This record gives sequence, structure tokens and C-alpha cells, in this order.
Amino acid sequence: MYESLVEAVAEAEAEQISLGELALRAEAREGLKTSAEIEAALARALAVMRSAVKRGLIGDLRSVSGLVGGDAERLSRPVGPLAGTVFTDVLAAALAVQEVNAAMGVIVAAPTAGGAGVLPGVLLGLAKHRPVEDAALIRALATAGLVGAVIAVRASLSGAEGGCQAETGAAAGMAAAAGVELLGGSPTVAAHAVALTMQGTLGLVCDPLGGLVEVPCVYRNATGGAMALAGIEMALAGVTFPIPVDEVIDTMGEIGRSMDVRYRETAGGGLAATPTGRRLAKERLVQLKGKRE
Amino acid sequence: MVSLLDIIGPVMVGPSSSHTAGACRIGLFARGLIDGQPESARVELHGSFARTGAGHGTDRAIAGGLLGFFPDDERLRESLELARAAGLEISFANAKLRGEHHPNTARIIVRRGKRTASVTGSSLGAGRILITDIDGFAVEVTGAFPTLVFVAQDVPGIIAAVSSALARQGDNIATMKVSRRQKGGDAIHIYELDQPASPQAMAAIRDIPALSMIRSIARIS
Repeated sequence: MYESLVEAVAEAEAEQISLGELALRAEAREGLKTSAEIEAALARALAVMRSAVKRGLIGDLRSVSGLVGGDAERLSRPVGPLAGTVFTDVLAAALAVQEVNAAMGVIVAAPTAGGAGVLPGVLLGLAKHRPVEDAALIRALATAGLVGAVIAVRASLSGAEGGCQAETGAAAGMAAAAGVELLGGSPTVAAHAVALTMQGTLGLVCDPLGGLVEVPCVYRNATGGAMALAGIEMALAGVTFPIPVDEVIDTMGEIGRSMDVRYRETAGGGLAATPTGRRLAKERLVQLKGKRE
Repeated sequence: MVSLLDIIGPVMVGPSSSHTAGACRIGLFARGLIDGQPESARVELHGSFARTGAGHGTDRAIAGGLLGFFPDDERLRESLELARAAGLEISFANAKLRGEHHPNTARIIVRRGKRTASVTGSSLGAGRILITDIDGFAVEVTGAFPTLVFVAQDVPGIIAAVSSALARQGDNIATMKVSRRQKGGDAIHIYELDQPASPQAMAAIRDIPALSMIRSIARIS
């Protein structure tokens, strides 16, 4: 797979194909799986994403600790200024997948379980408002995979290594490119959408209460989806970001490497270290230990 | 090399690719080492597995792996109850394992009839694992390939005999590692294969003298 999004975009533009097609071709060339196997695996991922959104929107799930659950259903009947738009559907779908994840349901790590709500949130939120064929969604997933692969090589996809900017931030960048592809934008526009999205998630810390993938992770998937929508909207309108996308990704890696260990999934800083964060974690973890014995 | 399907995947039961999917795979590997369902298992959780494992279902994920469930199997949620029903006695303890270990590490001691095995494995993130110790032998196994494991006395010709048994059936070796506790002592051999070892090759390997604990472990990812 590619190690530079700038190079991948140049190649796709030269060949007049989408980033998704480029990614599928590159993956098949690596020879581990045939094109048919790759597309079948992505089709399965799409089906699992759909069923996770559907399951989460029912609203009856509670997380293992009991701290989260039921919020996706609230967003499925919104009353705010954006009710009825793609925006609230993206928030609802992202929350739904993360609530399923927190309740030990089946999801697709994309790129990780902790950031698994953003990509299906954006893609299925967009698909709810326009007719989209599955083949287009599968190509969009391949686009997201290409972006994620570049981030994995140039920076990181692990909260323990790079904070939440490497999980929900990376997922938002992936979703931005996938969304642009789904809406017919060019590879160049997709790359600007990634840059415009990820400049907004730089520095985001990983600070889960008690170390559990619950608070704030569930909500950060929704706000990650919102960030991707902002990037998509700006890029499609013709906004360009002056720093090339590879350098934005490198910056994310550099910030991650210099991030204090308290902000890298250890529950030692951020929201996890607030008085309430500590109290909730203690109560819930004690309760869980009791359950196990 | 990063694959598209490493990024969009795996399909898994939540909540954590490291604490749930990876933990399940360590359990699956332990099951493979005794070639079937254990009757008893003792699980020692180390580091972050001990600290936040309960909230991530790490115990359920490992129990599920011991029952033969893969990371995307929804039965992981009820695996502790299913283990009890299946006659698998399983105990968990928090432990500080000796030596240097990744923060997400578990040691599992399993027994099935006369077969016992001790396996230490770490979950590296995104569901990938590394088995670092089998029965006191230091190893490095990912479980991403069908794996052939055996212990051999320290005599010449073992590798030649085993690799020719595999080659006769066209079974291709991807990687191979040998490690021993001390000079002249037994050595553990680990072969990662492109395809599972064929029954004919396994039969020929079982006929080689000086080998014990011969196991063919299916890929777990």
C-alpha cells in the first residue's frame, strides 16, 4: 500500500481513477488476496457496519460498566437546529456503532475498535440522504483504508502511541476521503478533505475514564464524524489547505511522539484524571471486580 | 507492510482490539497447544490486562478463545457461562509476571487429560498478538500462519527430517525458529507454514524419534 497520500493522489489523477480504485488495485498487486477476496472482505465489513448502526439505534444497550448507552437513539429523534440533516444522522450512526462496541457487540475496527464509529457514521449517514450503490460504498471503504495505511506508516493508529488524534482523528481523516469519493469529488479534493479534517483533530489526547473504551470515546466518535463532515464540506466547496496532507499526517505523528504518557490511553490525565472521572472509574471498576468474583 | 484489510478490520466483538480481540487470540493459541478443549485453565492477567481487563471483557475474550471462538463470535459475551456449561474450569488472577512484558500480557496454563501447556502472549494492538513463551521456552509466534510446534532433543538432523517430511507433501515453510533453554537441553521448534501441515506430513513427523509435544495449530487471525 502507499506510504504517501500525495503520491497516491498524483497517480490516481494521472490514471483518471478514484483513490478507492487505486487502493483496490494496489492491494491486489501485493498478492496476498485476489481482487474478489478483497472486495468480499470489504462487503462483509460494510454489512457489519450496517448491522451495528441498526443495532445501536434501538437504544437498549448498556456498556460493560454501565456508563454509556442509549444516546444514539436520542440522536435518532433530534430536536436541535440540524435535525433532519445529514449531520445528525452521522452523529447518531457514529454513537450507535460505539455503543454496540462498548456493549461487546460486533463491529469493524476502522482503524481501531475505539474509533470504529466514525467511518460508518459518515458513510452510512451520507448514504441515508442519497441513493448510493454498495459498490460505491465498498470503493469508499477502500479509499478510507488507503488513507489509514498511509497514517499507520507515517504516524500511528494507536491511542497508546499517539493519543486520540491517532484513533478518532485518523478515523475522521479516513472518513473525510471516503465521503468525498462517495460524493464524486476528485482524489485531489479528497486529500484536501483529509488535511482540513485532521488539522482540526491534531493534539487530541486519549483520556478514557478507567481506561475503558467508553467515556469520552463514544462521544469522540460523534465529534470525529462532525470533524469529517466539516472537512468534506470545505473541500467540496473548493477550500484547499496550504500544508500538504502528508505533512499534516507527519505532524500528527510528531505530536503523538511528544505527548506525555498521561494522555496516551493510560487514564492518567485529561478527563480520566478529573475528580469525577476518577470517582466514576473507581466505582465502576470495583463493581466489575465484584461481578467477576 | 500494511494491508487495506488491516485498516478496515478485523470484524470483532468490542470493545477493544487489544484487550478483547487480541486476548481472544491468545486463548485460541493456548487451546491449539493442547489440541482441543481444555478441562481446566488458569489465567494470569498482567499489566493493563489486570488493571482494565474486566471492563474490556478480557476474561470473557480469553475464555472464548479457549472454547475455540474467534474474535468476531458473539458468544464471547457469554463465554464464562458457556465454559462452565462445557466443563471447562477456569480461574483468573491478576499477576505481575517476571521479566519484561508488554503491558497487555496474559499467561495461560491449560490442561486436557495428560496434556498441559503454559503459554504467555501479548496483545500488540489492532488485534495482533505475539506469543513470547511456551512451556518456559522463549519464542516469537504471531499465530498469523498455520503453526507447527514441537519439542526436540538436542540431536543433529531434526530440522532436516522435519523439513523433508513437509517438503515431500509440498507443504511450504514461511519462517522457522529454534530455541533451547540451555546447551544440550531440549529445544522448541516453531515452523510457520503457508498452509496447514498435511495429515501425511504430520504422520511422518510423529514417526521421527526424539520429538515430543507435536502440535499443528490453525491460524488464529
